[in-house]
Amino acid sequence: MQKRRKLGRGVAVVGTGMSKFGMFKEKNSKDLFAEAFNEMLSSVDKGIDPKDIQALYLGNASNDTLVHQMHWGPIISDLIGLTPKPATRTEGACASGALAFREGVFAIASGFYDIVLVGGVEEMSKRTTEEVTEILAMAASPYEVRVGFTFPGVFGATATAYFARYGATREHLMNVTIKSHNNARLNPKAQFNVSIRDIMNQRMERARKKGEPVPTWKDEKEFLRDPVANPVVAWPMHLYDCSPISDGASCMLLVAEEIAKSFTDNPLYVVGIGQGSGQGLHAKEDLTCFEATRYAAKEAYELSGLKPEDIQIAEVHDCFSIAEIIHLEDLGFFKPGQGYKAVEEGLTRLDGVKPINTSGGLKCKGHPIGATGIAQLYEIWKQLRGEAGKRQVPIKDLRIGATHNLGGTGGTCTLTILERR
Amino acid sequence: MEERPFSDISYEQFLNEEKLMGSKCAKCGALFVPPRSICIRCYNTKMEWAQMKGKGKLVAFTCIAVGPPYMIKEGYDRQHPYCSGVVELEEGVRVVARIEGVNTNKPETIKVGTPLTVQFLHRAEGENLKTFLAFKPA
Repeated sequence: MQKRRKLGRGVAVVGTGMSKFGMFKEKNSKDLFAEAFNEMLSSVDKGIDPKDIQALYLGNASNDTLVHQMHWGPIISDLIGLTPKPATRTEGACASGALAFREGVFAIASGFYDIVLVGGVEEMSKRTTEEVTEILAMAASPYEVRVGFTFPGVFGATATAYFARYGATREHLMNVTIKSHNNARLNPKAQFNVSIRDIMNQRMERARKKGEPVPTWKDEKEFLRDPVANPVVAWPMHLYDCSPISDGASCMLLVAEEIAKSFTDNPLYVVGIGQGSGQGLHAKEDLTCFEATRYAAKEAYELSGLKPEDIQIAEVHDCFSIAEIIHLEDLGFFKPGQGYKAVEEGLTRLDGVKPINTSGGLKCKGHPIGATGIAQLYEIWKQLRGEAGKRQVPIKDLRIGATHNLGGTGGTCTLTILERR
Repeated sequence: MEERPFSDISYEQFLNEEKLMGSKCAKCGALFVPPRSICIRCYNTKMEWAQMKGKGKLVAFTCIAVGPPYMIKEGYDRQHPYCSGVVELEEGVRVVARIEGVNTNKPETIKVGTPLTVQFLHRAEGENLKTFLAFKPA
């Protein structure tokens, strides 16, 4: 029988950085990573000599095909002057970043290294939407790809199964989108840092200036119901249900717990990590959940001794609106079939009891896939240290935050829990 | 036909012959479509071919307006979406398939639970023959 899992020694986060997320024709992966790295250096309260970093773990999913260049470990290692120290790339589709983090944690927990940089990068916007759609679908199950499924398609099908089982509708998905945009409005790094209301006003203003008929929408939901403003991508997933094509990079400095205080008086501690794997649509027992998430959550909760109700804030992998709702259930925050109601009641808003995706989530912050996992942790760092500015959650004694990263169509899922002591 | 390996390639060859085939564990009876060569229930490696009747019901679907280049080549686009779905077969297992004969411009008319029957979509010919598994309303 397996003993209860534990880390060989404690691991702390002492700094982090991320590039602005967006579509940047004038920046490549190196430029983006440099942006994240420079912010990371300045985020370490007592400073870090980059020469003290002993290894790099880098998440990248699809630069091989998207920019025709593989082997990003040494490229980024060279960029930041780390050579000849080891650099290892991790690939778990959209969860590549969380895998890099996990490898970094293990490397320190094992006692092998004391100071490790983990990060992620992705450069996607220089291809057409159709090309990106095809390349991303390479991370779905081969059987799904064969019959035409795309990523939005897999999550669209998941939504129809969820709707049929629990009675939720498209209207409920809109609550997720509206919330994400409201949060992203307060995040200067977000690709879309505007509310749906802002977008509506911009559209009306543009029409007025051009002398075209000015569209009128009663409220945000009427805008989202408008098939011109919000066209179908893979029904019932519409444009505003989908995370965008993005470029970006993120990184995080991990150190052994016993030396953390020499970098900052306010480190965060890695208390839970979990990872699971999952099957394609045809083999899933239940289409309304992700078994890999449930497994990862169980592992992370067991390691930390924490329960879902102990998690005060979380960033979850909202690659599509329906995904956010399902993750809330899989992570145990709400019961199966209750996630969409919790969002409707405002429980997951910035000022709710369980703020979710305060960064704006993948939907609005952007989703440069390999960079996402660590960018989610960046948000938790900001929130737990009280540095999230206008989007700081109003929870007293905020100590515990979690991030959930999902790869492919649920093939790789992780849950990471950070604590401020 | 029993001599063929329990592989994705055999599965595709059977589709070309208009047969939807799975593998059945000779020991515990677990059924897998597409076929598996290893029974993931009991880890027995002796499998038998099993032909599906091709009847089932729709359990999940999507109508895709933004498809990959290989679907665009077939003529699908934002004005002409195609439907892909998950079908639960009478035999109890599920497959992913194209869904034909439904109004993809009115996806709200497509219902989970709809009874379906198999259809084999042949593309190209001869050595290049490719067959896509599809289902249509029964």
